[in-house]
Formats: sequence, C-alpha cells, structure tokens
Amino acid sequence: MIGIIDYGVGNLFSLRRSLEYVGAEAVVSGDEAVLRSVGKLILPGVGAFGDAAAKLRATGLDRLVLEEAAAGKPLLGICLGMQLLFEESEEYGLHKGLGLLPGRVVAMEGRLPAGLPIPHIGWNGLILTNPACPLFRDTKDGDCVYFVHSYYAEGCGDALAATAEYGLDLTATVWRDNVYGCQFHPEKSGPVGLAMLRAFVEV
Amino acid sequence: MITKRIIPCLDVKDGRVVKGVNFAGLSDVSSPVALAKYYSDCGADELVFYDITASAEGRALFTDILTEAAGQIFIPLTVGGGIRTVDDFDRVLKCGADKVSVNSGAIADPSLIGAAAKKYGDQCVVLSCDIKRVDGAFHVFAKGGREDTGWEAISWIKRGVSLGAGEVVVNSIDTDGVKGGFDLEMLQAVCDAVDVPVVASGGAGSARDFVTLFETIPAVSAGLAASIFHFGEVEIAQLKQLLREHNILVRG
Repeated sequence: MIGIIDYGVGNLFSLRRSLEYVGAEAVVSGDEAVLRSVGKLILPGVGAFGDAAAKLRATGLDRLVLEEAAAGKPLLGICLGMQLLFEESEEYGLHKGLGLLPGRVVAMEGRLPAGLPIPHIGWNGLILTNPACPLFRDTKDGDCVYFVHSYYAEGCGDALAATAEYGLDLTATVWRDNVYGCQFHPEKSGPVGLAMLRAFVEV
Repeated sequence: MITKRIIPCLDVKDGRVVKGVNFAGLSDVSSPVALAKYYSDCGADELVFYDITASAEGRALFTDILTEAAGQIFIPLTVGGGIRTVDDFDRVLKCGADKVSVNSGAIADPSLIGAAAKKYGDQCVVLSCDIKRVDGAFHVFAKGGREDTGWEAISWIKRGVSLGAGEVVVNSIDTDGVKGGFDLEMLQAVCDAVDVPVVASGGAGSARDFVTLFETIPAVSAGLAASIFHFGEVEIAQLKQLLREHNILVRG
C-alpha cells in the first residue's frame, strides 16, 4: 500500500489514479496511523514552498516523514514535494525544508539565460546522471517528462540522479538510499512517468 | 531540451464533443473520454477540455467526464469555459484538471487571476485571450469572441501575467477558422511582451502551419488546434514527424 500524504496542498486525484493504473493500492491520507502503516510514502505538493512547509509542520506530518524516512521507508517527493526534501528554499523569503537531502531551492528568475519562458512548463528530456537510480529501471536517456515549476534545486551533490536542460541543467530527479524526488510530474508524464511510478511501487 | 507541445482542444457540450469525425478504431467520436484517450495515445502533449455548456445539468455532466478522463489519461489536462470564480477552479481541479484557463471571467473580474494564482499557484492559471484587429489595433474580445471590450490586447495580457497567469493562450479571431496558418504577427507581439509560455491558437490548416509557427517564432511554446485534428486532416503522429524533419524538438 502506498500512502499519499494529504496535508492540504494540491490535487491528489490524478496521483492516486495513476498509482492504481500501475497496479498499486494507494490511499490519500493525513492520518498518522494510516501513514505509518503503509509500505511506502509519496509527498506531493503544488503552490508555494513556504505555505506548504508551514502546512506540513502544522499537521505534524513533517516529523512523521522524517521518522519514517529514517526508518528506511521508501519516500518519493513530487514537484514541490521534492523541493521540501531539501534544506531550504528562497521562494518568497527563506524557508527551511525537511533537510533529508543536500541542496537548496532557488528561483529561475535571474539565473536562466534571457529569453526562456518562466515557469518551465512542458515536456523536457531527461539526462540520467545516475542511471542506477531504481526509478529509472525502465527509463532511458532522453525520455521526456512533464515539468511545471519556477524554482529548482541546486547543490544536490551525489543525490543528483537526473537533470533536464533548460538554459541550465535543472535538477529533475534526486535519490539517496530510500529517499527519491522528481521535480516533474510522473503522474502526468504518460507512459514514461507511469513506468517510473511502477518502478517505485516495486522498489 | 524543452520540446514544443501539440495540444488538441475538445469543445464539450452537454457531455459530448461538439466537433468530431470518424477515426479508425474509435467507435464513438463524440465521447470526450474516448477521443481524449485516442489523442493521448497518438502523442498529444496536453489536452484542453473546453466546456461550452450553459446549463447546470450540462456542467455536472462535464465534471463527470473530466473525472473519467483524468482517471485514464496521464498527460496534463487544461479546463476552460465558464470559469468565473475561485470555486469554479476548485470544482474542476478536484476532478483532475491540472490547469484552468480563464477568459471572459477574468475580463469581468481581473482579480480572479490573482486570487486563483495565490491559492493554486501561477502554473495553474492560464490566461486565454480572444484577439481581433480593430482599426489596426489588437482588441480583446469577450464572450467567445462576440463582444469587443475595447481593451488593447497586449496591455491586457501583460496585466494578466503580472496578476499571476503562468501561461497565455493567444487565439486570433482574425485567423481562426480560415485555416491559412497561425497569426504570426499577433503571436510575435505577445511573445515580445511577456516571459511566460505562450500557446498559439487559431488558424492551423495543415501540419506545415505548425512548422512555420515554430520556425518563425521560436519563443512560442505550443500550438493548439481543434477541427484539423477532429476532422482527421492532421494526424498528431505525422505532424510530429514533420516537425522532427525540420529539427523542431517534439516529444517522441
């Protein structure tokens, strides 16, 4: 059973349906007992980092995520949920993240070469910097996935698993031990994204 | 490298697709879910469901259909039509939409853009704009292109983006339905004015028109069309092949 962490941020319908589509049982919940009982966790999220981090703390689920990850439970952060795994973000002021992975989240504005639209919206090809990442079991270099974001993670060190080129090499996937993160939306990335979710389900 | 997006738009009325033709292997062309799935399988990068229903019953049917489509199709879905309040955003996002496009609703109340962007993020709010030349100036039209607001279009789009729209769809009334190609002059003007992704709409008559669009205005992120896809005049797989032959990056 996969637990999709519901802390009041974003639309979890498609994520749940995509997991069911790849044959997993999934539950959307903000209940501690439920989330502790499942075999794997997904931390979703859209919107602003500060709001999401505050909501995660207000529900006490930040502690749960840290404890379950420390106990070895596979954890996948998606989009803003991935960004929350890092140490901090500069989105609308400086905000602390969960600190599960090295790195910080910074704005594209002022860092991307001129002329590239922000947000980075659309299908971009993955560059697998660490093909050994278990999420990439059925993924190859150049496979396109769907991104929607205006901030990106940098300084991820050896946790970096894939990038996407958009003026810069944007962090696309991170992985260390049982903690995974995707900046893109695997649940909206067609067969490529579904294959990654399937790999996470079967990890 | 980011790829150019090809986006079919499905007009839905009372739960059925308004325009539609016979595709091989697709028995019910007026079923939005079946048609959406067909497009997704053919390589469409995103789908727009445009609700042109007026009645409450039709609206309920629309959300049922959206829910069904979002449960089977794992590419981005944008919903437009009749979006006037943040509650309207809520209603379609809960059914599985990823982005919501506002047009007349934002003209009637521009603060809708900011309110929705604050709640759901800029990336969720698409400003769709029907534009027509009036006495040599680009004017914004409301109510499905029937009513001239008198507003200058580029200023309105810049305002919408500053309010929080994360993407802009430019629909040229001048080229819409003519099938003579996209409105390159209008699109260039919009791309020069804003930094968010711009989606071209209105005027595609052939696959070649998409090549011209992306070659002439590399800043355009996507091309949107309805009838040429529904009538089978352009097949998405072949369109993408043609784009590839012209070294325009598309998703395989």
